[in-house]
Amino acid sequence: MFETTIYMDNAAVTRLDERVWEAMRPYYFDTFAVATSQFGYSLGIEARDALESARAALAGALGASAEEFIFTSGDTESTNMAIKGVAAALAPKKGRHIITSPIEDFPVLGSVRALEKQGFEVSYVRVDEHGLVDLDHLRSLIRPDTILASIQVANQEIGTLQDIAAIAGILKERGVIFHADATHAFGRVPLDVRQVPVDLITVSAHTIHGPRGIGGLYIRKGTPIVKWMDGGFQEFNLRAGVENIPGAVGFAKAIELITPEETERLRRMRDALIERLLQIPHTQLNGHPSRRLPTNANISFRFIEGESILLQLDMRGIAVSTGSACFSRSLEASHVILGIGGDHERAHGSVRFTLGRFNREEEVDKVVEAMNEIVAVLRAISPLGKD
Amino acid sequence: MPLPYSEIVMEHFKRPRNVGRLEDADAKATEGSPACGDMVTVYLKVDEQTHRITDIKFESYGCASNIATGSIITELAKGKTIEEAKQLTWKDAAEALGGLPPVKVHCSVLAIDGLRAAIQNYEEKKGLIKERVPTTLEEINRRLKRVMNPVVGLDIVRTKIVQDVTLENGVVRVTIDMPADHQFANNIREEIMEKLGTLWDIQRVEVEFVG
Repeated sequence: MFETTIYMDNAAVTRLDERVWEAMRPYYFDTFAVATSQFGYSLGIEARDALESARAALAGALGASAEEFIFTSGDTESTNMAIKGVAAALAPKKGRHIITSPIEDFPVLGSVRALEKQGFEVSYVRVDEHGLVDLDHLRSLIRPDTILASIQVANQEIGTLQDIAAIAGILKERGVIFHADATHAFGRVPLDVRQVPVDLITVSAHTIHGPRGIGGLYIRKGTPIVKWMDGGFQEFNLRAGVENIPGAVGFAKAIELITPEETERLRRMRDALIERLLQIPHTQLNGHPSRRLPTNANISFRFIEGESILLQLDMRGIAVSTGSACFSRSLEASHVILGIGGDHERAHGSVRFTLGRFNREEEVDKVVEAMNEIVAVLRAISPLGKD
Repeated sequence: MPLPYSEIVMEHFKRPRNVGRLEDADAKATEGSPACGDMVTVYLKVDEQTHRITDIKFESYGCASNIATGSIITELAKGKTIEEAKQLTWKDAAEALGGLPPVKVHCSVLAIDGLRAAIQNYEEKKGLIKERVPTTLEEINRRLKRVMNPVVGLDIVRTKIVQDVTLENGVVRVTIDMPADHQFANNIREEIMEKLGTLWDIQRVEVEFVG
């Protein structure tokens, strides 16, 4: 099936790289033991060493030290842990006010909404028409009882890259803990905690050709956070549970396999895709023209609807995503497109193409050709855009 | 392929029947809007003597089931008298398509509404219709029966989530037995607003979620 599919939904999940699988394999069948203490048996010590090497590699990719990196089950858990963990630690001491943006991914929005029900107050910082956070507005939202701000590095739908250094600077100056969701940026966009004062960073393996079910949370030394999962003393006594060592090893291998050359290749494909799709009349790029993920193209096609486009693409063996209400599980249009001031029609007609390692250059030609056909077919049926 | 749609839906999506406009239409009507994410326009040509629908075309902005339901209603209505065509229901459309997934049933309601609105438009033009009557609770309930509960694909009245409906001085208040943060709460709210907001003597529609 994969061989005959042009898969451009890499922001949802990426295909596992065989080399990642090979790296993981021994930790299921050979060195499969739990990570034991240094006084344990050899198989467990070997497993622990593998876990700790993986941790060091992943922390290193962020410029962090190993004891600042916690393994979780993925980005959703990392973000829940960061937001709820910091909120629980600081509510009794400092306050209950949290800042985020309206275009964050569901783990962030879901976490802050859950806290709202417990009496926390949430402010949403304004974003401009490209999705960039309004820094002056951010400054104005900070209060003495503001404990945490959660702003993403890269947007999941429109790929806009925030000015994380500027945001971190503002928050640091005012003593607000900063959580950044880097799920879609990790590996593709440089982020170094030695240069940028971010306190917590969410990362995940599923977006970088690593395994599903493993993610990580960077927690800067000294950041107030409560224990997330009760049980044993694993993960520096912050998250109990038998460690997912094959997952951790796979995650580390996945980050190792990303090269600047590969990212550059994807960026060129993305540019070609955007340039050629925008040649279709009545189209619009969603997200920032230059400050965007090298793997993301998001275009709105006027007068037609995304689920129909998606199905027509699927009939041609092409897999993408859309911000249309008809496609979403809640029948609601993309909160990101609406959040950057787009109308419902723009959201319904938005198509997200996200690239990964296994995309080939000629696939851009096929997708552009297919989109030209599909837009013509669906616009012929549509009552819109004809007068 | 593991698609949620029946083969008939896919067939009509790929090759919709009677697509386009009738430039000399006797009546036309549009239901839905780009904001709602689905919209259907129906064009009718009616024989003045027999009141029989001699030609019908449609245009659709929306998802696959919206296109397919638009297509099927043109097939169902063609050749029928306007009285016969008025009797067509969303269930007839859904059944003719071999069924629709629960979250898509509202598309068949929209298509049937488009057909009925076009017929009404014809009747108004030809002076076949009486004066406007004030909206009653009965009419409101009739319309609420065309708001789908996407959880099961049946209407919100039949699935018993309409707890209360009041009408006072042009203000309709609908209470829905569903938590306000339910996955489909916003969708149901919008659908209710859409179905009731167009009534000529209704100033405001309020939807409250309890539970």
